[in-house]
Amino acid sequence: MANFETVTVKTDLLIVGGGMAACGAAVEAAYWAKKKGLTVAMVDKAAVDRSGAVAMGLSAINQYVGLKEGDNTLTDYINYVRNDLMGVTREDCVANIARHVDGSVHLFEKWGLPIWKDPKGGYVHEGRWQLMINGESYKVIVAEAAKNAMGIDNIYERVFIVGPLMDGDRVAGAVGFSIREEKFYVFLAKAVMVAMGGAVHVFKPRSAGEGLGRAWYPPWNSGSSAYFTLKAGAEMTCQEVRFIPVRFKDAYGPVGAWFLLFKSRATNGLGEAYMQTNAEELQKWLPYGKVKPVPANLRNWLMMLDVMDGKGPIYMRTEEAINNIANEYKDDKKAYKKKMKELESEAWEDFLDMTISQAFLWAATNVAPEERSSEIAAAEPYFIGSHSGASGAWLSGPADIQTEESKKEYCWGYDCMSTVNGLFCAGDASGASSHKFSSGSHAEGRIGAKFAIKYILDNNTEPNVDDAVIEALKKEILAPIDRFAEFSKNTTDPEINPEYIRPKMFMFRLQKLMDEYSAGVTAQFMTSQPLLDKGMELLNFLKEDSSKLAAEDLHELMRAWENIHRMWQAEAHMRTIMFREETRWPGYYFRADYPEMKDDWKVFANCKCDPKTGEWEMIKRPIYQIFD
Amino acid sequence: MPSYVIPDKCDGCKALDKTACQYICPNDLMVLNTETEKAYNRDVAMCWECYNCVKICPVDAIEVRGYADFVPLGATVSPMRGSDAIMWTVKFRNGMLKRFKFPIRTTPEGTAVPDGGWETGTEDLGDPTLFSEPGSLGMDAVVTI
Ligand SMILES: Cc1cc2nc3c(=O)[nH]c(=O)nc-3n(C[C@H](O)[C@H](O)[C@H](O)COP(=O)(O)OP(=O)(O)OC[C@H]3O[C@@H](n4cnc5c(N)ncnc54)[C@H](O)[C@@H]3O)c2cc1C
Ligand code: SF4
Ligand code: SF4
Repeated sequence: MANFETVTVKTDLLIVGGGMAACGAAVEAAYWAKKKGLTVAMVDKAAVDRSGAVAMGLSAINQYVGLKEGDNTLTDYINYVRNDLMGVTREDCVANIARHVDGSVHLFEKWGLPIWKDPKGGYVHEGRWQLMINGESYKVIVAEAAKNAMGIDNIYERVFIVGPLMDGDRVAGAVGFSIREEKFYVFLAKAVMVAMGGAVHVFKPRSAGEGLGRAWYPPWNSGSSAYFTLKAGAEMTCQEVRFIPVRFKDAYGPVGAWFLLFKSRATNGLGEAYMQTNAEELQKWLPYGKVKPVPANLRNWLMMLDVMDGKGPIYMRTEEAINNIANEYKDDKKAYKKKMKELESEAWEDFLDMTISQAFLWAATNVAPEERSSEIAAAEPYFIGSHSGASGAWLSGPADIQTEESKKEYCWGYDCMSTVNGLFCAGDASGASSHKFSSGSHAEGRIGAKFAIKYILDNNTEPNVDDAVIEALKKEILAPIDRFAEFSKNTTDPEINPEYIRPKMFMFRLQKLMDEYSAGVTAQFMTSQPLLDKGMELLNFLKEDSSKLAAEDLHELMRAWENIHRMWQAEAHMRTIMFREETRWPGYYFRADYPEMKDDWKVFANCKCDPKTGEWEMIKRPIYQIFD
Repeated sequence: MPSYVIPDKCDGCKALDKTACQYICPNDLMVLNTETEKAYNRDVAMCWECYNCVKICPVDAIEVRGYADFVPLGATVSPMRGSDAIMWTVKFRNGMLKRFKFPIRTTPEGTAVPDGGWETGTEDLGDPTLFSEPGSLGMDAVVTI
């Protein structure tokens, strides 16, 4: 076996991941742990300054409720999220985040994040819930507070977490490896907070050459949260609720500012606005078809109908929007010029702060947005429970935001704890609480961390894991290195060898089958039972071949495990799409054999995989309305 | 090709054990070729063009060439990141130039105080009030139903 040193780290609370949710967990946990004499460690595969989905920066904070300003109530936010998710949402969890999120935003501002202000000193809103920021250093700033709270010695960077360690039905830590030195890491902990983001590249992206990496979601989040929680035996929810963002085509630049701030329209190739011309279709998806704003998936769907009718390309009418705004100033030449310059700067900053490639594409195609429209398109599916998808673990909700009946089903003691003792989740790792975005993920990390500390104090016993279990995991995790060493010399080209498959081709195999059978881009987001059956057959072959992955070095070993993580995310997804015999989010995926939304499917579709037998169980859970 | 390194400029971060670009890339793509002592992007099709390596390189040795499979040649987008602002130079294929400057933070680097100066209103771990609350919420108490 590869000769890796085993490094053991003991801590009370372990935070896996270093993104928005983890950094929230870090500041909160550090505070309570210090008071109670406990220790906290955080581990990330990258450098927390620039890790996760906010690595490049963001141009908006997408969740700010405005409670202190009296702008909105919790009920307003719940109504928005419930409708956007076609009725499928955990109102207790969404409300728990919504009541704390403004506090996280106020902290960001104190830490140094520039938030746009109006002349009266109030925040500038992009839309009802969104704030405009100068967010190039958003992640740097949030990570800085986390580091200052935790102390740099308690943060492990460049350690890739593979999966959980268990002590009976309680989580006992995590295992992984350094991607810099030949070291195998064993973290022993009394509770674990999982916050490793969502998943990309489970589906084939639209670009397959260099542009493969330019997915909307960053290529480095690969389903590690889903793998970790599934392997621990946790119940998962909304695994069918993927997210398909409509973005500027090819470079995936954000559209939020265009739709919300600049009030732009989108039209098809014939100049028709599909939101109007296809409005009739909304009647099929009542009551959600009639709410404002129209749910994200239904907006997608109206656009997709035009695409399927051959009425593309679809355009964001940037020139029309800019001119509409500037026209308000047309009588004053100086003010007009000033406004145009301001709008131009805002439009470019929107890209430069969070999707620089889009600025690049505009420059390379000589686009002046005030003169010419740009194409938009539906991206491939992603798993991002913090955004407009909902996939993640099934968590315990807050005790004080329940009805009598919801309490029995949704609340088992510690906020944000999964169905596995001591295993907490936040951000993309937590399910059925969409629309938390960067700020709400941070807030959720804080909620979970506080309750994790409580859990540790209530259950303060040392984790107990057999050495033999750890040795077996080490062997399994390093196996791809051994396989490469053993077989790579058998052929003249290490890429082609009948004894193994390398991570990149493994990923392509997964992407191809998901794309074609599980409603990806080339299938125009459509599937059915026979297609899913076929896809599952191919996925099973891939699962078998996952024991034949080979890795030349540490970097490739990480790629091997990233793709095993993706494969598990894929399986949970496919099984849940199969289970739910209806179409509820037509613009995310469409089941051709069950083309309608059905009342008896207004439930959560949950799943879990028994860690001992590998058997999957599908579970229906009721949806309780807590807010009117 | 996403990010690429100009050999004449890269000094391998003076052979320190951790090069800046290697340290920062969220996808573990930038590596130092130990023979030439120059860095390179080992897997350009996995690059997000996040520009973090570009922004951090102390000698401006890293640039980006747009994804060859959909971006026409000839444009450049280059940042200059200071301690409180970033300046972008965008050169169009047709030669047009645009410059933009945006703030990046309002406090000196390293000074973020975790609780933002707000006290925590409870000692009780079972209470929904989080650290720094209710002050950081700007309210008297955490909302409930
Ligand atoms: C393109 C894009 C644009 C967005 N725009 C906005 C916006 O404008 N406003 C807004 O508020 N929100 C926006 N969001 C949403 C926001 O980024 C997410 O809600 C938020 O980052 C989720 O936080 P998280 O902690 O769950 O995941 P992340 O912040 O992505 O963090 C995940 C962390 O886990 C680490 N990790 C992953 N796998 C492993 C492993 N195996 N071992 C160890 N560590 C691992 C990663 O390195 C990373 O640090 C956007 C998201 C995307 C993708
Ligand atoms: S950061 Fe710049 S100088 Fe340092 S190794 Fe990378 S490219 Fe070379
Ligand atoms: S642009 Fe980003 S993803 Fe690409 S090599 Fe540089 S740091 Fe890595």
